[in-house]
Amino acid sequence: MSPRRTDAGGRIDRLRTIRFTFDGAAYTGHAGDTLASALLANGVTLFGRSFKYHRPRGVLTSGVEEPNALVTVLRGEVREPNIAATMVEIYDGLTAVSQNRFPSLAWDISAANQLGGKLLSAGFYYKTFMGPAIGPLKSTRFWMFCEHFIRRAAGLGRAGTAADTARYERMNAFCDVLVVGSGPAGLMAARAAADQGARVILSELEPRFGGSANWSAETIDGMPGADWAARAAGQLEGYDNVRLLPRTTVWGYYDGNTLAALERVTDHKERPGKGEPRHRYWIIRAKSVVLATGSFERPLVFPGNDRPGVMLAHAAERYANEYGVLPGHRIALFTNNDSAYRSALALKKAGAAIVAIVDVRPELSSEMRELADEAEAKSLAGHAVVATEGGKALSGIKVQRFDMVNGALAGDQRSIQADCLLMSGGWSPTIHLASQAGAKAEWNAARQAFLPPKPTQQWPTRRWIGAGAFTGSFSTAEAIAEGRAAGLSAAGGTGTPAALPVVEAAPGDPDPAPVFEIRADGKSFVDFQHDVTAEDVRLAHREGFISVEHLKRYTTLGMATDQGKSSNIPGLAIMAEALGKPIPEVGTTRFRPPFSAVSIGSLAAERFGDLKAERLTPMHDWHVANGATMYSAGLWYRPMIYGHPGETIEQAYVREARATRESAGIVDVSTLGKIAVQGPDAAGFLDRVYTNMFSTLAVGKARYGLMLREDGLAFDDGTTWRLGEQDFLMTTTTANAGKVMQHLEYFLDVIWPELKVHVTSVTDQWAGAAIGGPKARAILAACITGTAVDNAALPFMGIVHGKISGVPVMICRLSFSGEMAFEVYSGAGYGTHVWEALIDAGKPFGLVAYGLEALGTMRIEKGHVTGAEIDGRTTARDLHLDWMLSKKKPFIGSAMMDREGLIAPSRLELVGLISLDNQPLSGGAHIVEALDQANPHDSIGHITACCYSPALGKYIALALVKDGKARRGTRAHISDPLRNRFGPVEIVSNHFFDPDGSRMHG
Amino acid sequence: MLITCPYCGPRDVIEFTYQGDGNRERPQPASQDLDAWNAYVYDRLNPAGDHNEIWQHSGGCRAHLRVVRNTLTHEISSVAFTRGHHKVAARHKAEGKI
Repeated sequence: MSPRRTDAGGRIDRLRTIRFTFDGAAYTGHAGDTLASALLANGVTLFGRSFKYHRPRGVLTSGVEEPNALVTVLRGEVREPNIAATMVEIYDGLTAVSQNRFPSLAWDISAANQLGGKLLSAGFYYKTFMGPAIGPLKSTRFWMFCEHFIRRAAGLGRAGTAADTARYERMNAFCDVLVVGSGPAGLMAARAAADQGARVILSELEPRFGGSANWSAETIDGMPGADWAARAAGQLEGYDNVRLLPRTTVWGYYDGNTLAALERVTDHKERPGKGEPRHRYWIIRAKSVVLATGSFERPLVFPGNDRPGVMLAHAAERYANEYGVLPGHRIALFTNNDSAYRSALALKKAGAAIVAIVDVRPELSSEMRELADEAEAKSLAGHAVVATEGGKALSGIKVQRFDMVNGALAGDQRSIQADCLLMSGGWSPTIHLASQAGAKAEWNAARQAFLPPKPTQQWPTRRWIGAGAFTGSFSTAEAIAEGRAAGLSAAGGTGTPAALPVVEAAPGDPDPAPVFEIRADGKSFVDFQHDVTAEDVRLAHREGFISVEHLKRYTTLGMATDQGKSSNIPGLAIMAEALGKPIPEVGTTRFRPPFSAVSIGSLAAERFGDLKAERLTPMHDWHVANGATMYSAGLWYRPMIYGHPGETIEQAYVREARATRESAGIVDVSTLGKIAVQGPDAAGFLDRVYTNMFSTLAVGKARYGLMLREDGLAFDDGTTWRLGEQDFLMTTTTANAGKVMQHLEYFLDVIWPELKVHVTSVTDQWAGAAIGGPKARAILAACITGTAVDNAALPFMGIVHGKISGVPVMICRLSFSGEMAFEVYSGAGYGTHVWEALIDAGKPFGLVAYGLEALGTMRIEKGHVTGAEIDGRTTARDLHLDWMLSKKKPFIGSAMMDREGLIAPSRLELVGLISLDNQPLSGGAHIVEALDQANPHDSIGHITACCYSPALGKYIALALVKDGKARRGTRAHISDPLRNRFGPVEIVSNHFFDPDGSRMHG
Repeated sequence: MLITCPYCGPRDVIEFTYQGDGNRERPQPASQDLDAWNAYVYDRLNPAGDHNEIWQHSGGCRAHLRVVRNTLTHEISSVAFTRGHHKVAARHKAEGKI
């Protein structure tokens, strides 16, 4: 028999023994145990070391709010740190280790920190490390030196580096009524709503439904609370319209009654069942929400309140009644309210000796005196605990007379031997979800607690109904009544059902005495996990950090993994006392999601790896099969080069560009955005959208167009083809296809709804190949049927229809490369077929396929602009496109484009650069008038694109340069310190090659 | 947040793109009143309360919607097409599609 296991009782399965290890030592427990209860049963009191002082810490609570007993759970190579031992269900083979200790939990070197406690008070890090260097030991640089050591000493568990192999799942659910919490209130609410026929989801973060009924000594309908709860949950299981979610924490409350929950599906199993994920992330849309989340017991703040063996009163009661474990044999209690007397009696009945009940209140009710007598406990009213004794386990306490009106201690200290001290500082409703839902909590002076706000103050999109301890109704009888009312109301029911279950419970006043702290010598902890003491809070006050938000950040109170579940109210109360203000005037911080830790894996669920969609052109496989190096351009993949063995990238693109200018080249242009603009008002619409005229464009012709944004800056360019009187095909740049579409839709839907125009994205419907070069027309003529392609039939910017290899194609004669070129469009499904036919026809002519690098090279040689120049900061004039700004009509951006700043002479203008040292130029490099290390010159611009030009035999670039046009013919320098490239350049026109266009006009 | 698209029914906000303040009035295309253009291009109302906004159902039917949303509570009190799709919507409603 384990040293602390009771002989009988509890909800554990004593016939099933579970074997597990903690810090390498083997232990046994029973099915139904948590790691905390099983270790306590084995006599383990030391669970971890505190964050800052490395003080020994035991287990403080029995649930999700645990701040001390954090462990790392190992599963194979995967380690999960900072898990509360109170939330880990044991299974055969469970391997857990303690945290924040070196070399071992029992002998920890850094525990010496507590000897120099004053050094590490609130704000220590800011004061020591941040700010200007004054002496060698105070500067940000000193922090950077120390950070490594400090982070190792102060901290939590270490995250693993192994990939998480577990599977996670995401689930959307809809219901009429979501009930959060399955204590008596939640069970009653779910049952009442289900009886009305509502679709109900009942979530419970613990493995067992029932909440406090699982461990209280009360009876409901004549049976132990746990049996009543099990029966109620069993009945709900039989309903088709009820879904029960155990081990499920509702952690977020969002608009439209959308709640987020985490279901821990297999964490309690040795290995997952077939198809089971580790965690399931639930997104629940509920018509109504019932919050029955109960309350948290608060610790009291007094010296030594963090020693292992000091525990919350209800937690001990729960360990005894639910797990059959006594946290001590000689137990003392320290309380400011009646609920601890219940706990004392429960522990007495479970077999412990209750040595004393220390109560800050001078007068006790006769009921409490009777309970103390029944527990055979010495009742010390008007007393307080002022110290605890012992090392890694409690050996005794010291008590002194206490006046709760002024907080004064009097008389001699008395020692009492005890191996366990239970404390109760009153109860705080678990209002986190209500707070997330947006309304402010209200301080209730009688309950000494923040209660959820009244329904009238709720947000219209996040409405809930509260029940039970969540609302401050701490008795089970009230919870049962409120739960049923809430369930009925949530389901829209109005029935008057049968009598409520009858509760038999110990008496008790729900209102505690307003005492949070006993001021005596020694460290009194407020936030156990972050080692924030009462003195730290007062220090923050003295130094002016008096708002709750400042207090929180300065001391880190409430910022640990438990998010202040047990420490917020005591911290607030101490600050309020220091300020001499009532608690509600000091305020409280708002709770934000998540309520408790959420696995990142569950949020990602099945969506991991590369989440970017891949867009492949119809000819993609051909490119790959023919040696293309693919390049990711936005979502698209495009050939960068078709490299030959042994070629560098530069050699490959120079070869491709040169071959195109000498014979012919072909490039895949399927990625261009293509939008069908159709309808009676299509031409007029295009006149408004583009800076130049389109209504004058003849059917069967194309025109280059420029669009501006409303603010007058350049937006996008491309050609638009008039296929019919009311039928245009617009092309956009690859990058802006989506933006232009949205732009057109916005203007048609919102600004000019009277226009009869429809726009349709047809990017994916067309495959496009641009074939250009001196031999391009001959190649086309060799494979096209149904149309001529000579100058008469197909002039520059003309459009013809024909067939290539039996497939209908549409051809427009336009040029990006500067050569005579043709864009051949076919249905996307025939893209590769037409492409291959063109390649075959081109073989005798020396046709090459070229990629983005050669495309870029030829466009730089021609001085055409792309997104690198239309960068959202340039105007049409900056890019020498002012010839496209029609004066005959208004267009989008026309009113704003002539504003002062947009026509100033100092603007950056597009120019060409030629490298004068025959070295490559670098993209993004700045341009300066002179290189002078001692007296650096201001930048006068920057390079937007650069390449080696085979046509010129030089390294060239396009650049945006201040007053660029006027600088043509002058010299400047590029300055690129990051890549250590400096050198002279000549500023020239951006039209490097064939400036009069004789090659493309043919 | 749910937006009830008149075509598609209630849909999650991730399907929509915010297209800005719906109170802006675009000057007549030929207007040379720079102040009016300036107000249209740059000024945005930012009320604490009901706000008239334009949303596009970009992940659905792509219609632009005029949405009245409370910026404090995210409560949506009305959703309508910015142009005359109402006849189609009424037909869909009559046919029980939404």
